[in-house]
Amino acid sequence: MNENTEVNKNKEKPATTHKIGIYLWIWGLLFVLSFFSYMVDWYQFQGLLRWSLILFFMFLKAGLIMAFFMHLFWERYALVNVLLWPMTAIACFVGLMVAEGKYTVFTRLIYFVLGE
Amino acid sequence: MSDSSLDNLPKGWKSVPNDLGSDQTAFKGVQWGKAMMWIFLLSDTFIFSCFLISYMKGRASTVVDWPNTSHVFSLDFMGVPVPLLLIAIMTFVLITSSGTMALAVKYGYEKNRKMCGHLILATAIGGLIFVGMQAFEWSKLIHEGVRPWSNPFGAGQFGSYFFMITGFHGTHVSIGVIFLFIFARKVYRGDFDTGRRGFFTTMKSDYVSIEILGLYWHFVDLVWVFIFAFFYLW
Repeated sequence: MNENTEVNKNKEKPATTHKIGIYLWIWGLLFVLSFFSYMVDWYQFQGLLRWSLILFFMFLKAGLIMAFFMHLFWERYALVNVLLWPMTAIACFVGLMVAEGKYTVFTRLIYFVLGE
Repeated sequence: MSDSSLDNLPKGWKSVPNDLGSDQTAFKGVQWGKAMMWIFLLSDTFIFSCFLISYMKGRASTVVDWPNTSHVFSLDFMGVPVPLLLIAIMTFVLITSSGTMALAVKYGYEKNRKMCGHLILATAIGGLIFVGMQAFEWSKLIHEGVRPWSNPFGAGQFGSYFFMITGFHGTHVSIGVIFLFIFARKVYRGDFDTGRRGFFTTMKSDYVSIEILGLYWHFVDLVWVFIFAFFYLW
């Protein structure tokens, strides 16, 4: 098809470059977020607050790195979908292993107590 | 994308089946090397996920208390033990190197050879510092008696997960550093301006390679974000 040959011709053409400001902003944000997640440990937050703060800063940092440093925000939509949908399989695996871990520790406790 | 031929293609959701069902190029306008690096990183994501999930399962199912990481990884600073000090510095070093890499990609596409080379070199040095600090951390823990099968701080599984996860990540950083040095030399030599052909390939060099290298390096930083959260902070 005509459009395909045109795309091939343009392969060597560089992608659009972005303003330096956006990189510096993301860079600064990553520093601040890392500092905050370190503060979670510094102030010894415990329990649900600690876990939710850790996850919040982690996903924010990961999202910023992927979207802007790795250019996924400007990337072809088909590629973004191919990359992000498989992550649901990982989420399922995490869910399965949480259940498995709970079951294992339950049986261990039962048998260690009964064994004594 | 400034590419006019891409503007004629469907947008949004419709672009997904259109791209994936098309001939020759699945990801329109994406250089094949970049697409393949992304696919590799996806598979690497699964490997690291398996490690971290196995760590989660091991930690959740042990009946012995897990070692307190802010105690284990504390470092004496002027006689005062500061929790996770080395890990925090390692995190900032890796983020710094990620930032210099992102700028290297930008200057590469702008054909600013000198800046691109300097920034790649700075990234490589950041990576080296990171690996050095990791080696220090490993030797400190080994000295304190942490082994893959036991340790003086708590659950025996701690050591095996620590050495496997940080070791695999450190290997990735080391490989990245080697490639950063190689590409810094290529940039300084002007390979990407003259289109000089590579050692292993007959294809012409192009600054898109810097972006592909950058993807790998940012991924290493990305994995560290997860290791920092789950292994050190949790």
